[in-house]
Amino acid sequence: MKPFTYERVTDPSIAVAAAVAAGSGAKFISGGTNLLDLMKLEIEQPSHLVDVSRLPLRQVEPLPDGGLRIGAQADNATVAADRRVREQYPVLSEALLAGASAQLRNKASIAGNLLQRTRCGYFYDTSAACNKRRPGAGCDALQGFNRIHAILGASDACIATNPSDMAVALVALDARIELLGEGGTARTVALRDFHLLPETTPQIETVLRPGELITAVVLPPPAPGRQHYRKVRDRASYEFALVSVAAIVALEGGRIASARTAFGAVARTPWRPLAAEAVLDGRPASLDTYRVAADAALARAVGRGHNDFKIELAKRTLVAVLAQLTEVRP
Amino acid sequence: MSLKVNGKAYDLQIDPRTTLLDALREHLHLTGTKKGCDHGQCGACTVLIEGRRINSCLSLAVMHEGDDIVTIEGVGDPDALHPLQAAFVEYDAFQCGYCTSGQICSALGMLAEAKAGMPSHVTEDVSSHDLELTDHELRERMSGNLCRCAAYPNIIAAIRSTLVGGDA
Repeated sequence: MKPFTYERVTDPSIAVAAAVAAGSGAKFISGGTNLLDLMKLEIEQPSHLVDVSRLPLRQVEPLPDGGLRIGAQADNATVAADRRVREQYPVLSEALLAGASAQLRNKASIAGNLLQRTRCGYFYDTSAACNKRRPGAGCDALQGFNRIHAILGASDACIATNPSDMAVALVALDARIELLGEGGTARTVALRDFHLLPETTPQIETVLRPGELITAVVLPPPAPGRQHYRKVRDRASYEFALVSVAAIVALEGGRIASARTAFGAVARTPWRPLAAEAVLDGRPASLDTYRVAADAALARAVGRGHNDFKIELAKRTLVAVLAQLTEVRP
Repeated sequence: MSLKVNGKAYDLQIDPRTTLLDALREHLHLTGTKKGCDHGQCGACTVLIEGRRINSCLSLAVMHEGDDIVTIEGVGDPDALHPLQAAFVEYDAFQCGYCTSGQICSALGMLAEAKAGMPSHVTEDVSSHDLELTDHELRERMSGNLCRCAAYPNIIAAIRSTLVGGDA
């Protein structure tokens, strides 16, 4: 690990000021479960750490509109176990519980979960070419072992995926995130717009400005219908997804009154297939409908060789989740 | 800085890069906590912070100033084994023993989580508050601790034996 200086802050605006003052080498640290791993491998080399883990941003609190605000420093386990989350936003609880291990969920923060880096093996291998680690170096995943890589929204510069389970559920829930920036500037961003596709600059992963701090995740009032998160992976537990699906579906008289869906592990961002939702809207709840929706969701998918199977897997997983939620027999 | 481990305060002069795991082992000589992968993948380094299990390898010591830290040395000792330690011996819940201190600290944290009603990935309905600690639940909840000798069936049996009487 490269040497760094460390400071602990207890006020959000001081955290932002500290990060801004320390410049481009500054990083916020909270749970550290991803950042320290990457620092040991010298993939991350911050010169200054601002410890935000003790900021008073751990509350999960109801909002006047019926929504919920989740403090960015709450840990993953606490949010997954929160009574309101379990009862009103079960898809979020399920997604959190599907991620990592109990030890990691106890430590990892909500903000850190949103900012975790990709698990691409070529990003982790410092002897490999990676445009995300070293812009302009090339991408060894394109012709390499790309079984876990992106099938949607990728570019020739980068085909890495976002490994978060939680973010998939949050995108399906239309969550927004609250940010605090330099000079006390607060803004809110839809989570759907927070992560960026790689295009030609895969090293830029989010819309965060220098020194900007995530202070909360805001959930709108619970959507009608049933919710589910399904994760497909190589082992039954403690493994990243090959494909995952979050869905919230409401029926009315055998037809789909509303459907919100999102895929995980298929792109650099949690992937909201709006084309599929347009297909589902108002149609009869049936396997035929779900298959048409799944085809629409993956219409622009591109396989890179080893990951070709993920296109069919994503379709089948979406169909299975929709069928389960609407009690349509496969 | 100072660390509070097993109820005792220690003053330390350490590089900020020192992980909690290395502080415990190399500076405080509490070597019961083991270093396996050092990347949060095996669980051998599991300790309890404020009663909750974490991987001490993915944590900076300096970030735990003031926290109540419990390692395997604080769980029990050879003359006064914790019931869970005694169960691991009785049920032969290890072969080489390297993962055992992590398994036991993790199981203690797991039982506290279950007692608080926390659901898991295999809980049928996360909104339900009736939790039954089936073997399926125990295995999922302990999945953050690898045992390369594959003593898993006996680890589950040992943990289960401490449940009889219904404390969790």
